[in-house]
Amino acid sequence: MAQRTPLYDTHVRAGARLVEFAGWEMPVQYAGILAEHEAVRTRVGLFDVSHMGEVVFRGPKALESLNRIFTNDLSKVADGQAQYGCLCRDSGGIVDDVVVYRRAADDLLVCVNAGNRAKDYDWLAGHAGGADVRNESDDWAQLALQGPLAAQLLQRLTKVNLSQMRSYRFAPGEVAGVPCLVARTGYTGEDGFELFCPSAHGPKLWDALMEAGQPEKIQPAGLGCRDSLRLEMAYRLYGSDMDDSTTPLEAGLAWVVKLDKGEFVGREALVRQREQGLAKKLVGFTLVDAGIPRHGYAVQQDGRKVGEVTSGTKSPSLGTSIGLAYVPTALAAEGSTFAVEIRGRPAAARVVKTPFYVRK
Amino acid sequence: MDFPEDLKYTREHEWARKKGTRIVVGVTDFAQDQLGDVVYVELPDVGDPVKKGESFGVVESTKAVSELFAPVSGKVVEVNDPLSDAPETINEDPYEEGWMIAIEPADPKEVDALMDAKAYRAFVEEQE
Repeated sequence: MAQRTPLYDTHVRAGARLVEFAGWEMPVQYAGILAEHEAVRTRVGLFDVSHMGEVVFRGPKALESLNRIFTNDLSKVADGQAQYGCLCRDSGGIVDDVVVYRRAADDLLVCVNAGNRAKDYDWLAGHAGGADVRNESDDWAQLALQGPLAAQLLQRLTKVNLSQMRSYRFAPGEVAGVPCLVARTGYTGEDGFELFCPSAHGPKLWDALMEAGQPEKIQPAGLGCRDSLRLEMAYRLYGSDMDDSTTPLEAGLAWVVKLDKGEFVGREALVRQREQGLAKKLVGFTLVDAGIPRHGYAVQQDGRKVGEVTSGTKSPSLGTSIGLAYVPTALAAEGSTFAVEIRGRPAAARVVKTPFYVRK
Repeated sequence: MDFPEDLKYTREHEWARKKGTRIVVGVTDFAQDQLGDVVYVELPDVGDPVKKGESFGVVESTKAVSELFAPVSGKVVEVNDPLSDAPETINEDPYEEGWMIAIEPADPKEVDALMDAKAYRAFVEEQE
């Protein structure tokens, strides 16, 4: 049976359509995916993302140990700063892509994907390296308040000075009387915040934000638009665009792989892969012909399958069909063309620069 | 949820309307609600044959692809071409402006075997 977040009853009351996602019964939409997408791009939307997991590293060894299983470099970020990166296997394959919140060198919170909660905890605890590693996933509710009006709305509910908080920074503080970790992070490409609070307070925080957001016409938003928003930014989705068999270099995440920082799990394999060159790369493309690309559709060249679409949709903001696909490196340059097989017919596609959507 | 009395219905949530000798086909209010925002539609060409219970096209929402199934066998004699530029019409007006194709049926009586509004309503309530 699917798990439910602390906000489940709130969603049912709000008339959400619930679907199963990564073992969780989650709202896919409230008003409709297009309306919610538009609300986040132009106003503000509120997401329940409590299905995401939280694993905490504590103790004198916390920073050093976590940095040895993380592709980015946590020694380069300050306390109160967050950093995106991957956990890799020895093979270089991606265990998960995560955001690490460095509260202190001896206290780091790792936000992991819902479907990987158990796998990640096992992996992280198995590489604790003397740190105290705890799975706090059930202790936290997580709400994402996203959109150009998010800051002005949130500021009315908190004393945390948001004008001083830059992107990928965070601070502890109360929001509507609820103790939170307030982070200027998100998965939509808009300005916005992710609020971590104790599970039991989740519904209260949700209600307070919904009520305070009336002037901004705040919109509850589901996983449907979360997916279309992230894809317009070409943000990767674990399980669709990458998994244990793909490396961060193939997935276009070289910018979060710091091969020079010293030893970390997967480093040797990644160095070798970089030296040998990549056989395939994840690219962003738009369809030239009609149709919508979908996860699993074949990428073809000269009628032969040479790759695979990993994500695709019709972009609500742009009106064009966009997608991500693994293609041979020879086809990865901007402007390269290939075909996507849609229901047995080839549809012409062209590699483009990402993000697809650029914030105005 | 709207179930017009003058239509016939399939278990795949298409409706069929007799119009002269033709059968006009679309998807039901229930179907459009389940699909969510329709953003793409692919329909056959005039002259194409269709077979009862077999796919004659697809509708796609932001998230998913759904096949369309012919309620009767015959030949496509008209296609609602404006839908390709305005697929949201299927959400807004599924029974009128959102019609998809008109079929010249091979057997004019075949449509009578489909569910009536009352039977379809009961079928939908079972699904929910």
